[in-house]
Amino acid sequence: MAVNLFYFLVFPGLLFVSITGGFLSWFDRKISARVQFRKGPPILQPFYDFFKLLLVKETILPKQGSPIIFLIAPVFAVFGAVMAGVFILLPLFNISAGFRGDLIVIFYLLTIPSFSYIIGSLASGNPLAAVGGSREMKLILSYELTFLLFIAGIIMKCGQQFDLNSVIQVQQAGSPFIGSVSGILLFIVGIFCIQAKLALVPFDIPEAEAEITEGIYIEYSGSSYALIKLTKYIMLFVLPSLLTALLLGGFRLDGINILWSILKVLGIVLLLTLIRNTNPRIRIRQAVNFFMIWMNLLAVIALVLIVFGY
Amino acid sequence: MGFKSYCFKKSLWVFHFGGASCNNCDIEILDCLTPRHDLERFGILLVGSVRHADVLLVNGIINKHDKGRLLEVYNQAPKPILVVAIGACGCTGGLFTESITFAGPVDKVIPVDAYIPGCPPKPEAIIAGIVKLVQKS
Repeated sequence: MAVNLFYFLVFPGLLFVSITGGFLSWFDRKISARVQFRKGPPILQPFYDFFKLLLVKETILPKQGSPIIFLIAPVFAVFGAVMAGVFILLPLFNISAGFRGDLIVIFYLLTIPSFSYIIGSLASGNPLAAVGGSREMKLILSYELTFLLFIAGIIMKCGQQFDLNSVIQVQQAGSPFIGSVSGILLFIVGIFCIQAKLALVPFDIPEAEAEITEGIYIEYSGSSYALIKLTKYIMLFVLPSLLTALLLGGFRLDGINILWSILKVLGIVLLLTLIRNTNPRIRIRQAVNFFMIWMNLLAVIALVLIVFGY
Repeated sequence: MGFKSYCFKKSLWVFHFGGASCNNCDIEILDCLTPRHDLERFGILLVGSVRHADVLLVNGIINKHDKGRLLEVYNQAPKPILVVAIGACGCTGGLFTESITFAGPVDKVIPVDAYIPGCPPKPEAIIAGIVKLVQKS
């Protein structure tokens, strides 16, 4: 019991993923600044933002709408993100083996933050938040099937094993899954799914700050917005480490391999940031078309190639 | 200096309210966020919703139409909020003091923490004003 609480609150859990996610968020902003020939914020900037929102600012409750659900939704978002992080990082750091079928559990836990955003935005009673919430729903409907096909491809590739630990073991015994044609196709699909899950720029349709002024987060202020920021930091660490575990062979924690493990995560975040900085925001119809037709097609081609052994 | 006020000074998020402006001050404000001056290195970001803002930038004169809206935006912002009046029109009314639609400079409507005069103020002047605001608060 105490060990489980330690796992959830301290080491692979809340404290660790928050701090790492904060640094990754700084890395993301710094790279964006360098791409635009700017200098960029200092390294502790995400922590200043978080503590300012948590400790200094006032939290305003919506006059119309439901205050309790409005305040509980960010707590659920943090809970879902940390829980997914614990289930991903325990096998990844080789602390415990997980259980059979934890890939399915991770898949469901990773959708909890998006659903909490929808519930919170609809509970705020703001019309722009309602527009943002409906866009987020459409975005979830479009990328979840693709993400499921992506996970199905990984499961078929490692011989019908449903747990993350054996996926990592198979890759560390042989070669990483990305070193094959189907692996490269799955990597492309996975990167775009993560981009949509994190709501980074080509798919930041629900929070478009130019048209619907932050959309789903418009009514959040103070400590509840701090929790949403925390969820975003955590997801920015959890999703790239999931991709590392599924396709790039996971982490190894001996000697020089620690450096490679860190570089894998940083490389994926760098790729996400470069996609974010070189693309405009697309419309929701284009996003649905992109995932429903093109990304699903790519994922199905990858599945067929896996069946034939490429 | 406490931890709270240190964090507050290090991450000021800015919401921009344009009154009846001639757009020169708006362009100079946007210049501060461009690569040449880059206010993000001090943690200053432009946000889309006033619920996330720490600083309310007001420029242009406040006429009878704008007065109610400015009050509404100010009341919707979470406290503590700092208000900065930018440009000659925001500080005093400037050229339009005798106009029939003029409803007073910004500090007659809401309390103002810093004034940045100029028509329009240079980005360097805006940065100097923000630095003085941070040192004061």
